[in-house]
Amino acid sequence: MATKTYAGVSVEVNEEGYLTNPSQWNKDIAVEIAREIGINELTDAHWKVIDFLQKDFAEKKTLPTIRRVKKVGGIPTNELYELFPDGPLKKAAKIAGLNKPASCV
Amino acid sequence: MKRILILGAGTAGTMMANHLARKIDHKQWSITIIDQHKNHYYQPGFLFIPFGMYDEKDVIRNKTDFIPKKVEYIQEVVELIEPASNRVKLQNGQTIDYHILIIATGSRIVPDEIEGLLDAGWRENIFDFYTVEGSVALAEKLKNWDGGKFVLHIAEMPIKCPVAPLEFIFLADWYFTQKGIRDKVEITYVTPLSGAFTKPKASAVLGHLLADKNINIVTDFEIERVDGGSNQILAFDKRKIDYDLLAEIPTNMGDSVIERSGMGDDLNFVPTRKHNLQSKAHENVFIIGDATDLPSSKAGSVAHFQAETLIKNIMNFINNKPLIDGFDGHANCFIESGFGKGFLIDFNYDIEPVEGRFPFPVIGPMSLLKETRLNHWGKIAFKWIYWNILLRGLPMPGITAHMTKAGKKLPK
Repeated sequence: MATKTYAGVSVEVNEEGYLTNPSQWNKDIAVEIAREIGINELTDAHWKVIDFLQKDFAEKKTLPTIRRVKKVGGIPTNELYELFPDGPLKKAAKIAGLNKPASCV
Repeated sequence: MKRILILGAGTAGTMMANHLARKIDHKQWSITIIDQHKNHYYQPGFLFIPFGMYDEKDVIRNKTDFIPKKVEYIQEVVELIEPASNRVKLQNGQTIDYHILIIATGSRIVPDEIEGLLDAGWRENIFDFYTVEGSVALAEKLKNWDGGKFVLHIAEMPIKCPVAPLEFIFLADWYFTQKGIRDKVEITYVTPLSGAFTKPKASAVLGHLLADKNINIVTDFEIERVDGGSNQILAFDKRKIDYDLLAEIPTNMGDSVIERSGMGDDLNFVPTRKHNLQSKAHENVFIIGDATDLPSSKAGSVAHFQAETLIKNIMNFINNKPLIDGFDGHANCFIESGFGKGFLIDFNYDIEPVEGRFPFPVIGPMSLLKETRLNHWGKIAFKWIYWNILLRGLPMPGITAHMTKAGKKLPK
């Protein structure tokens, strides 16, 4: 298992840089991961998405889909793309310290 | 008398009716199957209709022709499943109680999930080929189409038969070549995935084939809407693709009764235990075929392999024995690649499609993940196998429910 240091904390990550232990996550780490993938500032709108992903993940034990982020989280998909350009769920999940969205069959 | 109730008389439900009719003690148990439709469709055949290889007669039979005499068939819409009370309510007001429920309500396309898809152009220059109506309408359109931008677009995963879009595009390339207009047609394959297919090795092989056939591929395309006025599909990331003729694979969802009954996920697929096919919520409810939320392909071969585990587990459940974890995600799919050739892939939850021989090591006679004429003939023969062996819940010679590693070139 690889480790990486964000905001002075060493965290466990997989080969694609996703945190493998969500309990190691904190907000400072999120800010640094965001910068690393091209999002220089996390606004309230970003945090709304991150909070929803984490809350829903805690409940359902699985990362919500974009459809669910829209339907249950109330965040329109075009807004999600504006906040996290190029693969919003992949990026938002990474910043939220969750796993990469599962690829389908 | 106790009742086993099957919802859905498609591929999976019909197989289970046949398995149960042979296994169950008919003195203690009755079997009932409910479906709202009269026709049974050979869905793999829809792919061939647009290109004039099959017509409606090849793909339609009466559902009741495949339901055993000992099974009661009710043609009616299921209004609600009430798993807490072990009963279902039908649209005609009737209530049916059960001891064991098998959900085989499948998956269907839902075009109105995509903004603009049903507006300008639907069934004029936008077609689906996941319904018999869509396939027949597209066949008519193609007869007189003389070329332009031909785009196949997959809205989102999962879809029924994830290889069908590739087969469709390969057959289109062949069809336009035969017609002598291939040089007037620009073919583009647009997918929300990052490659041609869901599994890496097969994706690489099939991706090369697209390039060899001069077919463009656009990946990671998350559709925002269809604009039938300007003949464009638009992505959330602002990419736009022009089309003259659009073959669309809309969002696939489970049946609406699952949503009405509050039993599904966001796409109305029912949470299912991965290896024994029991519902995660109710121990006397089992799910088979496209209706599950499992990460296995939504395909008839998968339903066939699931049925072999499910019949054992229904019997175990009746006899108070532990359920077996028999289903390994096994799928076995022919991929028609045009010009009388095809591929065959065989895979499960853990092992992606690789090269090798099938069903028997060395002798085959089929080749895995290779383009051969015999694989095409396998695909064509499959229609007979479907109507005569698969639906009747009979075993296929040499092909086991568990995926075999023998004959496969697995990475060390």
